[in-house]
Amino acid sequence: MERIYADRKFIIIGFFLLIGLFYLARLFYVQIMVDKYILSANNNVLRYVTQYPARGLVFDRNGKLLVYNEAAYDLMVIPRQVKNPDTLTLCHLIGIDKAEFISRLQKARNYSPYRPSIFEAQITRDSYGFLEEKLFLFPGFYVQPRTLRKYTYPVAAHSFGYIGEAGPDVIEKNPYYRSGDYIGISGIEKSYEEILRGKKGMKIRVFDVLNRDKGSFREGKYDTTSVAGTDLYSSLDAELQEYGELLMTNKKGSIVAIEPQTGEILCVVTSPSYDPNLLAGNIRKKNYTKLLQDTVYVPLFNRALMAMYPPGSTFKLVDALVGQQEGVLFPDTRYGCPGGFPLGNGKKVGCHPHPSPTDLIGAIQISCNTYFCRVFKSIIDKKTYLNTRQAYESWRKEVMSFGFGKKLGIDIPGETNGNIPTPAYYDKYHGKNRWRSMTIISLGIGQGEIGITPMQLANQAALISNRGWFYTPHIIRAIGRKDSLNEAYTTKHQVLVDQRYFDVVIEGMANVITSGTGTIAKIDSITMGGKTGTAQNPHGKNHSIFIAFAPVQNTKIAISVVVENAGYGAAWAAPIASLMIEKYLNREVRRKDLEDRMINGNLINGKQPESERGQGNILPD
Amino acid sequence: MREDKGIFYRIDWVVVGLYLVLVFIGWLNIYAAVYNETHNHIVDLTQKYGKQMIFILAAIMLALGILIIDPKFFSQFAWFIYGFFLFMLVIVIFSGREVAGSKGWFAIGGFGIQPAEFAKMATALALAKYLGTLDVNIARFRSLLMASAIILVPALVVLLQHDTGSAIVFLALVIVLYRAGLTGFIPLAFIVLPVLGVLALAITKLILVAILLLVAGGFYFFSNRKLRTIALITAIFLGSVGFVFSVDYSVNKILEPHQRNRIHVLLGQDVDLKGAGYNVNQSLIAIGSGKFFGKGFLQGTQTKYNFVPEQSTDFIFCTIGEEWGFLGSSVLVLLYLGLFIRIILMAERQRSRFSRFYGYGVASILFFHFAINIGMTLGLMPVIGIPLPYVSYGGSSLWAFTVLLFIFIRQDSYRYDLV
Repeated sequence: MERIYADRKFIIIGFFLLIGLFYLARLFYVQIMVDKYILSANNNVLRYVTQYPARGLVFDRNGKLLVYNEAAYDLMVIPRQVKNPDTLTLCHLIGIDKAEFISRLQKARNYSPYRPSIFEAQITRDSYGFLEEKLFLFPGFYVQPRTLRKYTYPVAAHSFGYIGEAGPDVIEKNPYYRSGDYIGISGIEKSYEEILRGKKGMKIRVFDVLNRDKGSFREGKYDTTSVAGTDLYSSLDAELQEYGELLMTNKKGSIVAIEPQTGEILCVVTSPSYDPNLLAGNIRKKNYTKLLQDTVYVPLFNRALMAMYPPGSTFKLVDALVGQQEGVLFPDTRYGCPGGFPLGNGKKVGCHPHPSPTDLIGAIQISCNTYFCRVFKSIIDKKTYLNTRQAYESWRKEVMSFGFGKKLGIDIPGETNGNIPTPAYYDKYHGKNRWRSMTIISLGIGQGEIGITPMQLANQAALISNRGWFYTPHIIRAIGRKDSLNEAYTTKHQVLVDQRYFDVVIEGMANVITSGTGTIAKIDSITMGGKTGTAQNPHGKNHSIFIAFAPVQNTKIAISVVVENAGYGAAWAAPIASLMIEKYLNREVRRKDLEDRMINGNLINGKQPESERGQGNILPD
Repeated sequence: MREDKGIFYRIDWVVVGLYLVLVFIGWLNIYAAVYNETHNHIVDLTQKYGKQMIFILAAIMLALGILIIDPKFFSQFAWFIYGFFLFMLVIVIFSGREVAGSKGWFAIGGFGIQPAEFAKMATALALAKYLGTLDVNIARFRSLLMASAIILVPALVVLLQHDTGSAIVFLALVIVLYRAGLTGFIPLAFIVLPVLGVLALAITKLILVAILLLVAGGFYFFSNRKLRTIALITAIFLGSVGFVFSVDYSVNKILEPHQRNRIHVLLGQDVDLKGAGYNVNQSLIAIGSGKFFGKGFLQGTQTKYNFVPEQSTDFIFCTIGEEWGFLGSSVLVLLYLGLFIRIILMAERQRSRFSRFYGYGVASILFFHFAINIGMTLGLMPVIGIPLPYVSYGGSSLWAFTVLLFIFIRQDSYRYDLV
């Protein structure tokens, strides 16, 4: 009688098929439609073990090692494998207390009981020696080698920069970096990061559910080996750099020296500075905060690139060159100086007493304000220009061809533009086209809104000695091979002033040293051209500025020195520049008295510099 | 008319073929699941695949033994076999070994025997025997009560062993009752109530009641609107509402904590992937990472490195999913569907009522295992630890499923002689 229910077989078979098809659909979804499961599967078993390459070394121009790597060791822990450790011994070995030990272990366990965490970062080689002997007593702990950046000379910290772990923003933008990777954060470590870092290698290991290493994935088919970073050959002269930092002890300011024929930077001193070793390794965070909070010395501020000053009288050299180029100034142009340049409203740009009138060479030699105000005025008021604005724009273009008012493009990050004011600026300040040569006359003597960095000043000295051209200053002369050239810095930049106008300026600069405002810088055995400058500083004492190059023929070094709040250019900047030149060219300084006085001068803690009292050869400029 | 021919001409080779293919797939994947480089000889008796090889050989011996027993034996001794295994189920509670929380195992030598596996076969036999009796009419309350008792008594004893999974399997035999003429409401309730229960936990009760009201209204609208019908609809509606509101209480008070967790995992309410959700998550990862073609034989990383728990027994489907991909998984699902449909068609060609109902019993039990096991690995069913027939590792289950199937094959081979 159940025959009447025979049709129910279709319902039953239908039900079976329905469930079967439902499962097939689910399989299709899980296996083909979504990708999260295969990603999770790889996460489960594959560990990408990075092979870190050694970072490239840095040498100075004489082949001395400047920056190298030292082995450091991270103590790693796999919490699950930790068995009843002799806590006290381990605490003693790495210098922590028991509470800290327990808290670190708990932190690691919270991250993962199976995966390694860093227990103590960057143990030095010495402590590692003790630890290594005892490590077998502590199952679950092992050390992983890392490298630490080290510096042979405790100098040039800002140029070298430092490295640190790549932050989340970097990791997001650049797929090369993973959490825990090191990256250059400033200095050449940053600008040459891709060359220094080399290429990471990757070993893919397979791990089981208990985090046991089961060997390499597919017999290492997808593994890559690491490639060591490329070495850099810096143009720095380590001894000169060290000497410069010594001279700048207890002074704020900077020294930049360049080899004019190549644009190679011989030294970049910014003061106050710090020992680059302070920012290497696990002490970096602590020290960085300390340096950052020092608002008196501001040691992290790289004055050589980031500070801009009104160049003062050193800018008269630019007037002399541009004036000749514009055809409004000739070597024999003579202006008298009645003790200043009258502004027409009863006021005047003052000048110090000196023989008058002077020609161009004489004006450079004694740094006559009146003379160069007239030169500047004759450029801006030149008849061939329709108006002040057009003349000013032409002047500005020529001035900027000296590398002013814009970043030079050197290979140390952080340069500032400096400032050569735009016509728009004066429009805003005085009203549209309501400004004349007399309104902006202070530009003629390097005062006012104009701002130039010490690096740009040094470059000015270099291009004058080259008679009109320069290579972009750079601190890395060769990459990989010592005798190669840094390809990025082989373009010659031509200044918009003809070569023939330079001779008279160079002669004037030589006279500055032999019988002008900079006689204090004179070195008997070395010919030199120089120019003093004093930058007015509304916040305090004037800044002492000096630029120079030597020897006058076949020049080897061009230099700028800025000493903040130190008075006339001849007071501090000129003697320091002179000592640097002597050190570089003669490798030895004979003028010990001058040297001592410069090293021991303390201009930060408010002492009156002795040099301005009773020193007959400090002339105003 | 065909008595002159030997048994090997009379058995259904399609079903035997499907059986052999499944057993082979099972062995291959057990080998893959426990494979490691140090033990790679295929007859290594210290390894699960070596043991499974022995189990398979024993299963084939059992199958051959059943094929030479007089087919009438099973219907005549159905009650005896049922009684014997019921007795065993009780004995094992007192003298058995505890494995994974359930006391359902006899230790014989190095192997364990689980009577519950065989009790399913015995119950299918007894139920077929009872329904095959001429004066039984399942539409009558007394017959239904008797049939229910046959199913529920062993199920309850198994429940006493704390083996909830195996106990639930007995309920699959409601399909046999349905084929015998039971009203469709009861099997429907078996499907609707769990779905309703899940919905009660997953969505707001009031919304669910509103939906139920709509459904009831729909039925009323399309019904003949006789008083009897209206009363029935009202009763079912009120019963459903009562059920919905009792689900929370049942889940929180009656289920054990681990069972409760499994329900929450299924509903996606438990995201603790290191706790209760671990198994299902790892299972999905293994299957999902197989993509279309799979990673290849012995190339599965999730199973090889033990990320999937119970991978040779309850979660063997993960190995297949990972190493053979969608292609292999679908083939396996289709093989099972083929087996079930073949058994049903064979059941329908029986002249003997006993054989027919037994065939339906075989199909129901196998299907239920298949649906629960694969549904579990795919995250569609709660984690209930029952094996995938013929494929999962284990002697007891393989032998029990072999005996279950081959008794039916034996009946089928003499279908013209049995009435």
